[in-house]
Amino acid sequence: MKVRILVSLKPSVLDPQGQAVKNALHTLGYQTVKDVRQGKVFEIELDNTVRQTVDKLIPEIADKVLANPIIEKFTWEIIEG
Amino acid sequence: MIDDKTLADHNLTRDEYDFIVKLIGREPNLTELGIFSVMWSEHCGYKSSKVYLKKFPTKGKYLIQGPGENAGVMDIGDGLAVVFKIESHNHPSYLEPYQGAATGVGGILRDIFTMGARPVAVLDSLRFGPLDKPKNRSVAEGVVSGISGYGNAFGVPTVGGEVYFHDCYSQNPLVNVCCVGLAEKDRIFLARAQGVGNAVIYVGAKTGRDGIHGATMASAEFGKETEQKRPNVQVGDPFKEKLLLEACLEVMAKGLVIGIQDMGAAGLTCSTTEMAAKSDTGMEINLDLVPQREEGMNPYEIMLSESQERMLIVTSQDKVKPLQDVFSKWDLEAVVIGKVTEDEQLKAYFHGELVIDIPVKAVVDLCPAYRRPVEAPAFVRRLARFKVPGMPPDLDLNQVFLQLVASPDIADKQWVFRQYDHMVQINTIVLPGADAAVLRLKGTKKGLAMTLDGNSLYAYLNPKRGGEIAVAEACRNLACAGAAPMGVTNCLNFGNPEKPEIMWQFKEAVEGIARACRQFDIPVTGGNVSFYNETEGQAVFPTPVLGIVGLVDDVATIPAAGFRGEREAIILLGENKEELGGSEYLKLVFDQEKGKAPELDFRSEKSVQEVCRQAIKQKLVRTAHDLSEGGLAVALAECSIKSKKGLGFEVKLNDPIRTDALLFGESQSRIILVAKEKNAGKILALARKMKVKAKVIGKTGGKKMVIWHRKKKVVDQPVELVRDAFKNSIPGYFKV
Amino acid sequence: MKFGVVVFPGSNCDYDTFHALQNVMEQETVFLWHKDSDLQQVDCVVLPGGFSYGDYLRSGAIARFSPIMAEIKKFASAGGLVLGICNGFQILLEAGLLPGAMLTNKNLKFLCQHVYIKIENNKTAFSRAGRKSQVLSIPIAHFDGNYYAPPELLAQLEERKQIVFRYCDGNGRLTEEANVNGSLHHIAGLINEQGNVLGLMPHPERASEKIVGSDDGQVIFQSIIDYWEKKAGGRKKKAGKTVRPVVSPLPPLVGSL
Repeated sequence: MKVRILVSLKPSVLDPQGQAVKNALHTLGYQTVKDVRQGKVFEIELDNTVRQTVDKLIPEIADKVLANPIIEKFTWEIIEG
Repeated sequence: MIDDKTLADHNLTRDEYDFIVKLIGREPNLTELGIFSVMWSEHCGYKSSKVYLKKFPTKGKYLIQGPGENAGVMDIGDGLAVVFKIESHNHPSYLEPYQGAATGVGGILRDIFTMGARPVAVLDSLRFGPLDKPKNRSVAEGVVSGISGYGNAFGVPTVGGEVYFHDCYSQNPLVNVCCVGLAEKDRIFLARAQGVGNAVIYVGAKTGRDGIHGATMASAEFGKETEQKRPNVQVGDPFKEKLLLEACLEVMAKGLVIGIQDMGAAGLTCSTTEMAAKSDTGMEINLDLVPQREEGMNPYEIMLSESQERMLIVTSQDKVKPLQDVFSKWDLEAVVIGKVTEDEQLKAYFHGELVIDIPVKAVVDLCPAYRRPVEAPAFVRRLARFKVPGMPPDLDLNQVFLQLVASPDIADKQWVFRQYDHMVQINTIVLPGADAAVLRLKGTKKGLAMTLDGNSLYAYLNPKRGGEIAVAEACRNLACAGAAPMGVTNCLNFGNPEKPEIMWQFKEAVEGIARACRQFDIPVTGGNVSFYNETEGQAVFPTPVLGIVGLVDDVATIPAAGFRGEREAIILLGENKEELGGSEYLKLVFDQEKGKAPELDFRSEKSVQEVCRQAIKQKLVRTAHDLSEGGLAVALAECSIKSKKGLGFEVKLNDPIRTDALLFGESQSRIILVAKEKNAGKILALARKMKVKAKVIGKTGGKKMVIWHRKKKVVDQPVELVRDAFKNSIPGYFKV
Repeated sequence: MKFGVVVFPGSNCDYDTFHALQNVMEQETVFLWHKDSDLQQVDCVVLPGGFSYGDYLRSGAIARFSPIMAEIKKFASAGGLVLGICNGFQILLEAGLLPGAMLTNKNLKFLCQHVYIKIENNKTAFSRAGRKSQVLSIPIAHFDGNYYAPPELLAQLEERKQIVFRYCDGNGRLTEEANVNGSLHHIAGLINEQGNVLGLMPHPERASEKIVGSDDGQVIFQSIIDYWEKKAGGRKKKAGKTVRPVVSPLPPLVGSL
């Protein structure tokens, strides 16, 4: 199975990259853009045997490795299988 | 039978194809054709330039290794050697600025450490279109972050270089990267495949479909369809390269290497054929054993891939295991893919079938050399006849001074340099922005000085003079650090060599460089030719970039780039002439890029440099700066801006020439030396002895920059104002 | 005193730190390989700058899983001195040996330049050789040096005087301009509650000799040496012989691993 994990900065943490993208879009005339937050995407392929435990496994690896809980949050979804 | 379209795709002519058939005695298959195509491309085969490059002097007393290897090597004493080389990565940097520039850095680093040297410095010469266009800004931003991203992570300091802007580079930016390394003199490694039966080992990153035909891409003019070539650009991994460096230096130190070659342009093709050809041997490899990142790659793709961070090593069978252990310690692959053979053929098997069988020497040594037609372009004579208009009576030179300091070619490049880690390895004692960068050599009193130089407008007006001045100015930059030049590397960036005008520019520039190198008695140790820098028929200015290294005997004597104390004497070495052709001033005020490039007299140039070096050696000099773009006024301003105490100056001049030419003319062979008052006389005496014109023109101090000409105050600006104009110019373009 | 400089894949200030400690400060110094679990009885562990594991996930995020880090955690919890410089600081944050996290610099660019930092707390093992409010000129070179901590944590760090160094201007003023990377509370160097683990974004090893522009970084190394010598009762272990400076391709690293 395949899982997609989205890691982004917590809303309370300033995201200068997102700000820069927003400013660039405004300069290009896209005034309707209200805010941009930037993040990282991980696509992880898993052994099918973890089907039962995936709800526990993903938050665990996201918390431990993929995201830094002090500044980042994550969401995830199963995209295949 | 290979059709015309296939040949055209491979940038080979029918004649060249027929020659290939003759050489191998049959029709080549597509993979073999691909091999000839990259090896006989302009980038690898130097087919248009070879006949001229022979004019460079290539012998010198410190020379250990001249052209023909991955990099040049000079003896710097204490058992050490300096290894250096410059390469262009122009085309890839336009297609994908970040990765193009990053892999440019990666490639030149490998050229250096493949010779057994640890890279200790990178310098780069960058040319972009004017920053007021968003596209040019994004290219500049991408290139600078690419260099920074790769060099910083790898851990080599980027210590200097140059950045210029001109519209001719809008669609053809130039990214020339020079790397300097240090090695033990008696432990230099070469690209050799000696010893029949020895193992051929592939080390480093896996092979993917990156950059297939990058080398042929760099040898073709850009057209509208260039966008489609985008997937060809390689992606760099500086982390892997750092591991590769450590692993390679470790196996070399442990005596586990016979020959080694990096896989740069033309990847596996170039490394296998060159190593064998240089050793009068052959190679037999099994392509199935080549570590691959993607599935289903065919022999053509495997042989021509330009995936980064790979090397080919030849060693004896008994050393394979210990070598693999070292690579495994650094988490890298080291796979035996074949062996050295006697027959001088490259043979490659794929799925058990012989898919390549070609003579290595035909590939490496028999690339046709062309003496292409040359013809001086009509504009050269026209532009030289241009008469500089009189000085407009209402022109406010005091204001022009401020504008010149802020013109992007002259203004502060801190925005660029502070993105580069220029201090790692803690040897950098003269930081970027000075005339030459200097590294101390730990454990000795000596320093290694290095600089990159080239003025493309001079070369456009007069390519021969442009070449000469590039060498002279680079040497002058070194002199300002007290260093004597030792060896030269060069990167020659030109348009399409099939056009006689371009070929003429090239020939002239090479002759100029060759002449100047003879005059300074320094050998050319290697370099790079980059042709086809043109888009839709519009070529870049001829842009020869010279990289010169030199030695400083005692780093404690190196003068500062800025003024250091109040009331010190400002001495001008050399002569102010009435020369405004090709100057920044002419461009700014009259919007003209015309006239004669400045004169250059080698005898006075050499004497001026010698006086400068002598004075520095005798510890008489506090500050030294050479005069270049923007002339005397700008040079003085720079010394003041770089003064840690913000010291101004007052200078009084009486030369009987136009005030604008005196302030901003770019006459060659001039250096500003600043000395304590009591030492000024000694410097003047030294100059007299060597028949160099020299005089005290003023003194440092105060909070203003003041220049008088014939009792009239022509420049009078607060230091702070000029400094802000200098510092804020380039960052101003990048504010969102 | 014996220092150990950890070598992670991608460390690139390891030789520099080695040079500053061994050749300049004249202390016995060894390299510690990331795959090893032996700290070779060092008195202070230094995590050097660089791009460990390419900094590919987040700066310092992968290095913390190296075998040597488990030993360093034990060493630190037993009171051993640990100094993390630049990437080393980032690793200490990721490993939880220091609180908070690093964000990308506020201008979104890598920054390499001399900065001034002010000693806020000179009562630590890493700053005792300096005066309170002394201004040091030490270079930075990083992409992610913009220190972040939630407000409660920041308040706590202030209260417990864990902020040892702050970015300032040449006169010690905490101006916005001097805080080049945008760190909260101008934090340049931070110590743990126990006072034995320090993280520092500026590079003291790059400011340990006048010839390279500044020797202010010696204050930090000297503090560690002073602290250790006092603790060890004035026992002064002399350094091993000065090794040949690392200009050759045969660095001391090769022999020692």
